[in-house]
Amino acid sequence: MMAALLQSRYGIVLLIAAGIVLIPLVTPSTFYLRVAILVYIFSIAVVGLNLLMGFAGQVSLGHAGFFGIGAYAVAVGPTHFGIPSWASLLIGVALAGLIAYVVGRPILKLRGHYLAVATLGMGILIAMVFTNEARFTGGPDGMPVPRLVLFDWVVRGVTTWYWVSGVSLVIAAAIAVNLIASPTGRALRAIHDSETASHVLGIDVARYKLVVFVISAVYAAVAGAYLALFDALVTPVTAGFLRSIEFVTMAVLGGLGSILGSVVGAAVLVVLPQMLTVFHDYEHIALGAIMIVFMIFLPAGIVPSLGRLFGRKFS
Amino acid sequence: MRVLRLATAAAALLISATFAQAQIKIGSVLSVTGPASFLGDPEKKTLEMYVADINAKGGINGKKIELIVYDDGGDPNNARTFATRLIEQDKVDALLAGSTTATTMAIIPLAEEAGVPLINFAGAVQAVSPVKKWNFKTPHTDLMACEKIFEDMKKRNITKIAIIAGADAFGKSMRDQCMTVIGKYGIEVLHEETYQPRDNDMTAQLTNIKGKPGVQAVLNPGFGQGPAIVTRNYKQLGINVPLYHGHGVASKSFIELATPAAAEGVRLPAAALLVAEKLPDSDPQKKVVVDYKKTYEAKTGQPVSGFGGHAYDGLMILVEAMKRAGGADKAKVRDEIEKTKGFWGTGGVVNMKPDDHLGLDLSAFKMLEIKNGDWTIVN
Repeated sequence: MMAALLQSRYGIVLLIAAGIVLIPLVTPSTFYLRVAILVYIFSIAVVGLNLLMGFAGQVSLGHAGFFGIGAYAVAVGPTHFGIPSWASLLIGVALAGLIAYVVGRPILKLRGHYLAVATLGMGILIAMVFTNEARFTGGPDGMPVPRLVLFDWVVRGVTTWYWVSGVSLVIAAAIAVNLIASPTGRALRAIHDSETASHVLGIDVARYKLVVFVISAVYAAVAGAYLALFDALVTPVTAGFLRSIEFVTMAVLGGLGSILGSVVGAAVLVVLPQMLTVFHDYEHIALGAIMIVFMIFLPAGIVPSLGRLFGRKFS
Repeated sequence: MRVLRLATAAAALLISATFAQAQIKIGSVLSVTGPASFLGDPEKKTLEMYVADINAKGGINGKKIELIVYDDGGDPNNARTFATRLIEQDKVDALLAGSTTATTMAIIPLAEEAGVPLINFAGAVQAVSPVKKWNFKTPHTDLMACEKIFEDMKKRNITKIAIIAGADAFGKSMRDQCMTVIGKYGIEVLHEETYQPRDNDMTAQLTNIKGKPGVQAVLNPGFGQGPAIVTRNYKQLGINVPLYHGHGVASKSFIELATPAAAEGVRLPAAALLVAEKLPDSDPQKKVVVDYKKTYEAKTGQPVSGFGGHAYDGLMILVEAMKRAGGADKAKVRDEIEKTKGFWGTGGVVNMKPDDHLGLDLSAFKMLEIKNGDWTIVN
């Protein structure tokens, strides 16, 4: 049954949905729900990044920049321009997509890791803008984010956000699964296997890479907006370089090209620091050591490696 | 197998022993690592040192303190997660949390919602104003540093100044705070310049200031290496009106970086902790700052920092309040913190009021002047 479930296209999505429904039944306090919400929010960003890394074979070292654009959109829009939060979210997401298009269009025509270098610079630039434009962004101390209001419903409280982020993650995963199964997804997988061969087959390599880069930026911006609305606070740390690295680590750790792996990677990196506090001064060393062990013994990432170990193919 | 059983038994014993003694739980979220570790690290060391000390002397009314410290790495999102954990999971009786303004602003709403007394160590004025029921703060604000500087300028009959400010969090915040009170002192700003935190030459900005006629003094709200470079360039350009810095640069390394010759005559407000030994014996603050400085330097082997002092003040205010409240009842402890009167901490004398959860006045600052490469206290 389990095997059949995992073989089917939406099996993974159902598995994630089941987890989201079951977790509140076993958690003793809202602290666990908060950790789960953070896992879901980061998962949304990582699912998007994983499409880019796992299927188009490109790395973005500036994804926190898109994440930050989403986050600051829902902060700046309502505060300074009186735009409702939901509209600001859409504007932020569109802006992130547009920036990804502008940055990606010339660069993705080149082969190799030029995108990594370009996004690295772009991410740092975006974070600098948030730090320096203090009139709009509150500078390094950040700014408060007004609550999201949908019609007359104020979205607040840990339980509410649990279901909002959970349902969003399921939708995000479903869209990703669909994309992979579509002709675009097949083209992307072909590009990942061999750019030359895909080119010969008549696939417009640059165009497909650009499409997936824009999609991944949109995912990150949505996740960033959620985090800002959930925390009701945003600071330049949200868009910082370390967060970009964190996203890449989550994707690699969970398994490149694996939707379930994206969620597992995010879960590991969000939950581990909470568990490692028992090591006090050595928690960073412990975190590093655990990640090295993971990468040595599960080199393809947690989900694909374990899948292979049990003789099943996870997608 | 026997070994395992023995070990389990020992562990169980150890755990039950800890629980039997730990009756008051204090939770702390600090930026021990990351870019703000210069704040969080001395704060953590101070809290651990003094909690051990208080427990060795019998604790609070016979109850031992259990201190739980989490490191947020300077990320407000982490700070909020750890503060949630302290309140929900660890069920702490009080919070001593928030190294930076950003992390503190993430923690305050949680303390308010759960009704847990919180004493924070953030610098900016928004960490205590407007007053929130459960939130208190120990470090003096940038605003107070501004007022101290303007008071001193007034004494020297300076009415027209120029400002060169750092574009970092500290410089920006202090500059903005200064502008809100400058009118009260009848001082006028003739010219303003800024520099980026990593700039290594401010000659251009200072030349502009030099060219402005009528400037009687220059104020530099800043932090880190910027003010030291300003000081050096200031001397090189031969500007001879007085130069004032903010309280953020008050450390020995500032004088070394700026070179003693260039720093001669520079004035800045600072907490008494930096000039602990130089305070007159009659100063009621002398004992507490000298004791703290000696203890910290002996235990950690590092020079004392004002930031650790904020944690010391917070812990002592909380402990005193718990003693008066006769336990850790959250509402009672909150009321007692608000009633803190005449407490001498490293930051000055604290007199809390329902509409003032900081409780420091300008006497918390000493105006210092650099002479022969060392601090001297003015007036």
